[in-house]
Amino acid sequence: MSSEEQGLPALEVPPSTRAAPRGLPARFFDSDLWYSFRSSRLVVLAGIVTLLMVGAALLAPLIAPHDPYDLRALNLMDSDLPPAWVQGGDPRFLLGTDDQGRDILSTILYGTRSSIAISVLAVLLAIGIGVSLGLVAGYFGGIADTIIMRIADVKLTFPAILVALLINGIAQTLFRGRLGGAEFWILVLSIGLSFWVQYARTVRGMTLVEKNKEYVQAARLIGMSRTAIMFKHVLPNVLSPVLVIGTINLALAIITEATLSFLGVGLPPTEPSLGTMIQIGNKYLFSGSWWMVAFPGVTLAVLVLAVNLLGDWLRDALNPKLR
Amino acid sequence: MLAFTIRRLLEAAVVMLTVALLAFVLFRFVGDPINQMVGQDTSIAEREELRQRLGLNDPVLVQFGRFIWNAARYDFGISYQVKRPVTSLIAERFPATFELALTAALFAVLLGIPMGVYTGIHRDSWLSKLFLSVSLVGISLPTFLIGILLIYVFAVQLGVLPSFGRGEVVRIGGWTTGLLTASGLKALILPAITLGLFQMTLVTRLVRSQMLEVLRTDYIKFARARGLSDRAVNFGHALKNTLIPVITIIGLQLGAIIAFAIITETVFQWPGMGLMFIQAVQNADIPVMSAYLLLVAFLFVLINLIVDLLYVWIDPRVRIYGREA
Repeated sequence: MSSEEQGLPALEVPPSTRAAPRGLPARFFDSDLWYSFRSSRLVVLAGIVTLLMVGAALLAPLIAPHDPYDLRALNLMDSDLPPAWVQGGDPRFLLGTDDQGRDILSTILYGTRSSIAISVLAVLLAIGIGVSLGLVAGYFGGIADTIIMRIADVKLTFPAILVALLINGIAQTLFRGRLGGAEFWILVLSIGLSFWVQYARTVRGMTLVEKNKEYVQAARLIGMSRTAIMFKHVLPNVLSPVLVIGTINLALAIITEATLSFLGVGLPPTEPSLGTMIQIGNKYLFSGSWWMVAFPGVTLAVLVLAVNLLGDWLRDALNPKLR
Repeated sequence: MLAFTIRRLLEAAVVMLTVALLAFVLFRFVGDPINQMVGQDTSIAEREELRQRLGLNDPVLVQFGRFIWNAARYDFGISYQVKRPVTSLIAERFPATFELALTAALFAVLLGIPMGVYTGIHRDSWLSKLFLSVSLVGISLPTFLIGILLIYVFAVQLGVLPSFGRGEVVRIGGWTTGLLTASGLKALILPAITLGLFQMTLVTRLVRSQMLEVLRTDYIKFARARGLSDRAVNFGHALKNTLIPVITIIGLQLGAIIAFAIITETVFQWPGMGLMFIQAVQNADIPVMSAYLLLVAFLFVLINLIVDLLYVWIDPRVRIYGREA
């Protein structure tokens, strides 16, 4: 603060900035993070698109014109209709229908819902596993560190999609024929288990630095237990890169889920997901029914692009070194 | 150098053993092998006899040893689904995947490096911005969607390229190749682009950022001060020094190409190992799954090892560091 500013009479300071205890929202809107968000139009656009898509997906049961789960409402007479504005389209089905007469728009809404739910849960699972293992490896070191990091090395030898496919294959084999709706959780598990290494390595590296800092020594001096120090003191200080990796991984998880479903090892065709919709549509590509693939495809691409842009922005904003 | 090589070899062996253990557990304990092999009407005595003959009653450790011994001699058992040796299935499928992966990698490198050099030198030209925007979209589009898009445009709408299969193949010894016939080459175009696009954007971005970094260094300024032509500076000095990390990444990406070939092969019904693996997953064909796992792991570990050793060989700084560590 310059000397001129200090010389200003107190009365000229607007009252709003003087209010001492401010709520979390006010602090958020005043932060660097919010500033850097606002200053790029592309990022704002990506944020709005993401919010709209997540909102539409969450509200799917309320706003979808039809219910794709309700088999009684399906009419085979309605199948394979083009979008409403094309010759032969039906105004009841804005984006057309698929091979079983399901409304594409409603199916996309429900499909985005399961895609987002699976991806978010999978990333949370990966964060949970990765962060705990990374903390333990970094803080305790020794044999725990060696074992965890060697497992991470082996895991890192394979691309995530292959690991997810493999876990999925094993689960499908184990529960052959009696899955009964467990596909959702198998997907969460296989994607989550294929993404944890990155978190573990990052958190381990940062924990190694943090554990020698004075605040950790101080906490140890006053007799806190190691677990308490790990989770209450070290954890909050290693979380910001986790947030960045999490956002970027979310885009990857959405792609992975769609890919697994597309390959036919994810959600069954009766459960709408963007990947299964594209898989079904792919079969009808040669008969000219482009809308079955085009609309879910565009939805998937836009969603991933928006989340990717947000992830890039978050990485730059939270990491001043990269600016 | 020798110590480094030995340490890396040992690490590679540990990784392979771990993967082998995983493949063995998969092979032995996921589902009952006997149930998969015989029909409903096989009696219990017959099953027990088969179990004894296959050595499934031996101690687990003995079985694991035998599994490794067989795998080392390239024997992965018999496929549950098609009742043929897994190795002959792989031998049939491998050339298709190999040709596809190689073409995709060539496509990525031959297009990615020039694009990266161009965007690195002409930072603000509109063409650079176009390249970079396209590469962002390329990263955000899932592989299978790119494949479907290409099929729609070039196979459905324009009708100029085939959308599935390998076309006509020529048999040379045990190897089938699609590179010698017109239809084989045509069939290769779309899958190779689909598979290579992501790697190409990766190479472009990497070369670009490396070029930006190198062009800022003193020896480049000095080369310019000496009055060397732009061409000599950009290609003789700058590009040469960007290539080490690029080689590393390309080497590591070869593994990713093999994994992503699963998706591309499914979209284009390309008769390679990826398609075989997907069919095995769908049919719970465990021997094929575990053989594929072992083979891919072997390829990955081999590539990693070669890249690491190459790196030491190319960059003397790493060699000195490796000796100290």
